[in-house]
Amino acid sequence: MPFPEKPNRYDLLALAFLLILLALFLEASREAVAPFAPAELSLDPRHLPEYALRTAFRMGVAFLLSLAFTLVYAPLAAKTRLEPFLVSLLDILQSVPVLGFLAATAGAFAALFPGRALGFELSAIFAVFTSQAWNMAFSFYQSLKTLPKDLLEVAALYRLTPWQRFLRLELPFALPGLVWNGMMSMSGGWFFVVASEAIAVGRTQVELPGIGSYLATAIAKQDGQAILLAAGSMLLVILLYDQFLFRPLVAWSQRFKYEERPGPPPPRSWVLDLLSRSQVVRKALGTLFSLALEALLARERRLAPRPRAFPLWPLALPLLLLGGMGAWALWRQVAPLGLAEVAKVFLLGFFTLLRVLGVLALAALVWVPVGILLGSRPSLAQRVQAFLQVLAAFPANLLYPPLAYAIVHHHLSLEVFSAFLMVLGTQWYILFNAVAGSLALPEDLKEAARSFRLRGLPLWRRLLLPGTFPYLVTGLITASGGTWNAAIVAEVVQWGDTTWQATGLGSYIASWTLKEGQGPHLLLGIAAMSLYVVVLNRLLWRRLYRLAEERFRL
Amino acid sequence: MLLTARNVAKSFQGYPVLRGVDLALREGEIVALLGRSGGGKSTLLRILAGLIPPDEGEVRFKGRRVEGPVEGMAMVFQTFALFPWLTVLENVALGLEALGVRREARLSRAREAIALIGLRGFEEALPKELSGGMRQRVGFARALVVEPELLLLDEAFSALDPLTAEGLRGDFLDLWLAGHLSTRAVLMVTHNIEEAVAMADRALVLQGSPARIAQEIPIPLAHPRDPGDPRFRDLVDRIYEALTLKEAVERRLEEEVLRLPEARVGALASLAEAIARLGGRADLPVLAEEEGLEVDELFPLLEALELLGFARVERGDVELTPAGRAWAEADPEERKVMFAEHLLRRIPLMARLHRLLLERRRLPEERVLAWLKDHLPEPEARRVLAVILEWGRYAGLLGYDKRGRIFLPSRP
Repeated sequence: MPFPEKPNRYDLLALAFLLILLALFLEASREAVAPFAPAELSLDPRHLPEYALRTAFRMGVAFLLSLAFTLVYAPLAAKTRLEPFLVSLLDILQSVPVLGFLAATAGAFAALFPGRALGFELSAIFAVFTSQAWNMAFSFYQSLKTLPKDLLEVAALYRLTPWQRFLRLELPFALPGLVWNGMMSMSGGWFFVVASEAIAVGRTQVELPGIGSYLATAIAKQDGQAILLAAGSMLLVILLYDQFLFRPLVAWSQRFKYEERPGPPPPRSWVLDLLSRSQVVRKALGTLFSLALEALLARERRLAPRPRAFPLWPLALPLLLLGGMGAWALWRQVAPLGLAEVAKVFLLGFFTLLRVLGVLALAALVWVPVGILLGSRPSLAQRVQAFLQVLAAFPANLLYPPLAYAIVHHHLSLEVFSAFLMVLGTQWYILFNAVAGSLALPEDLKEAARSFRLRGLPLWRRLLLPGTFPYLVTGLITASGGTWNAAIVAEVVQWGDTTWQATGLGSYIASWTLKEGQGPHLLLGIAAMSLYVVVLNRLLWRRLYRLAEERFRL
Repeated sequence: MLLTARNVAKSFQGYPVLRGVDLALREGEIVALLGRSGGGKSTLLRILAGLIPPDEGEVRFKGRRVEGPVEGMAMVFQTFALFPWLTVLENVALGLEALGVRREARLSRAREAIALIGLRGFEEALPKELSGGMRQRVGFARALVVEPELLLLDEAFSALDPLTAEGLRGDFLDLWLAGHLSTRAVLMVTHNIEEAVAMADRALVLQGSPARIAQEIPIPLAHPRDPGDPRFRDLVDRIYEALTLKEAVERRLEEEVLRLPEARVGALASLAEAIARLGGRADLPVLAEEEGLEVDELFPLLEALELLGFARVERGDVELTPAGRAWAEADPEERKVMFAEHLLRRIPLMARLHRLLLERRRLPEERVLAWLKDHLPEPEARRVLAVILEWGRYAGLLGYDKRGRIFLPSRP
């Protein structure tokens, strides 16, 4: 394919685009390392762009960190003898509610960099990181474990070097899954970045400049206009991320799809089109990649191959010691609380469990039929899906206070209706997956159903529900994880000076975060919630998932 | 000797696949390795390539013991095994990259290989933009570019349509015969007997279970070879015959009838009809052609017909028994009844299951599987279970509840 040698006008556009991104990044990072001046947040809309930039910056850094973590952790888990341990660890980490992490670590991070915003910044970034990294690492790990056998044989037969194997086989194969997962994790992350900007560490209320804290202030001052502005700019930031980062990435990663299955047309992205039309960008990226590859290969050749298996037993003793110390510390902190407290926490957990399951069932009852019907009109469904992605990314916690106000104003009990707050942001996953499942129903099955004049209840029982079941389960699992997390924010809601509480594990954790000497109670609450999530996963979701895989996979 | 294998044995999950395999490849020859599907051909090839270690015995390449993939060998895969995200050029250069060849040299050598195999102009294309035949050409270029002394072909032409396969075979033979390749010997695994006779200097036939090399058939024909030549036909017949011979071990397993060939009832009926059409007796190559089947697909069907007493296979020919002829000509209902009679009479496993079901009314699938697993390796046991289930349900001897995974007597 001949390319014109002269730079074209797309080059200019692409260059401007990259420079702008770089400038924004530098601006945002300069502020993050500056001394912390706990100035009160201004509700002046002129500050809003800056705040939005800071929030976006935190998300970006957290995403990069998650990516780095993924690229290191997953290969370790897939290729070394530590595999069973690392995989279980990931599984547990996935189950710990992210906001629990945040509460537990904010103080520690702040203490690391006294007098600087950096500590608080790190803690906010860490909260987002914990909401993304585990999923992404898991996706990468699974790709590494399902590499096609014939390509593995080629790699072995032609004796690809370890780096070559990684860059030529493993990473490309995993890319589509990783990008998709990254996008989904990112959309979940907005929730946490908003929650973590207004961190309370004991009695110190810290407000990092950002959309989340702007909103918190607006709520405290009951400023309706500012709330709307905050929500609007949040939406804008999400859209920009989608258009400039994820849409191009998803479109680009299609190239790495291993199996060509007929399906909906591959997603397109105007940004990717622009970048790939630009001579300079293409060439620069191509040269960069091949230079990096050459350098790595040359380095590999210079270094004599090391023996691959290094003994693990010297690690055993330190690990055991560390584990023992940790267990002892845990015991010393939690023991004084007494069995009664433990029982109480588990009872509270049960209330929250009821809310989670109840409201998920309700959401499924509403959204599954809607989603399946939508999916039967593909052109409409595809447009709706893009919109749903944005809805799912929009941090629902921004809306809690006004909604809670409305609930209480109408004399409704938060005990019941906090469940609806919890599902506010996560219900979209159910709808999203129902639409996707309905879109993926094979045309011939639908035609067969039509030719047998299957309609009404039999149609749903025989085709629509079983045919979309795997997707529905995926949607419910995703929604369940998010709903548990949301419990920590949704069971306690503030509007102005008023605070409402619902009885549950979420409000238990949230309220102990605000108190001095929080440690033991917080730890107990988080442990209990993690336990609930793990048990629910094993007893319910895993089984449903296996059932879906075995019986209903089309 | 370029490559030797001595006394190679391999088991999977305690089930022996290969035992006592001896083999030697000389320079300048193409050797075909034939055997039934699942008979250990590909396993042997992978042991020779160093991709899987043998349990016993050893492989030597140029006098050195093979303990993993070595320089000087390359393989072409049935599935092409191209990296879909790399261009043709990058795919071909992959092996050189691993050898540490510098970028410029790598690309120019890869371009040469691509031109040699007839793909000039497609360097920047992605594999998915190419047809099957062109993809396999990339596979050949990728193997040839590392200048292997031994080239291994693992069913390299099986995934292509006959015309494309013939074209690629011809082009490869031309390169080989003209001495344009650095390759000094070729070992090809195939189930296509015509292909073996068209290309190879000798054929090795893997047989038995566990398999060993039971026969060596030299193919002393000059190139170019004509498939219409009587000597060519004769060699094809001889190899067919060798492949249908049974070893003592196989016969014993079949007497106990634990090892049921994977054959669908529909395909059995259609084959019996075809033989009846041909006058009740047919030459195997002709029959394969008639039914549009590969040898791999034909053998299990023939075995099943033999087991059921519907046909006899002898010296490369198959003949319907009187019962077989009656079955081929019966109407669907009669066919079912006859099939059921033969199943009960000739397949002890079926008779036993049927008796148990009449006594107990229900039988969990797990129990049957566990019993089979005592006699067969797990994958084989599952296969047998699937076959018995299909046959039994067709014959109306078995019912099956999918939800509870339970065998039931069939409802009348």
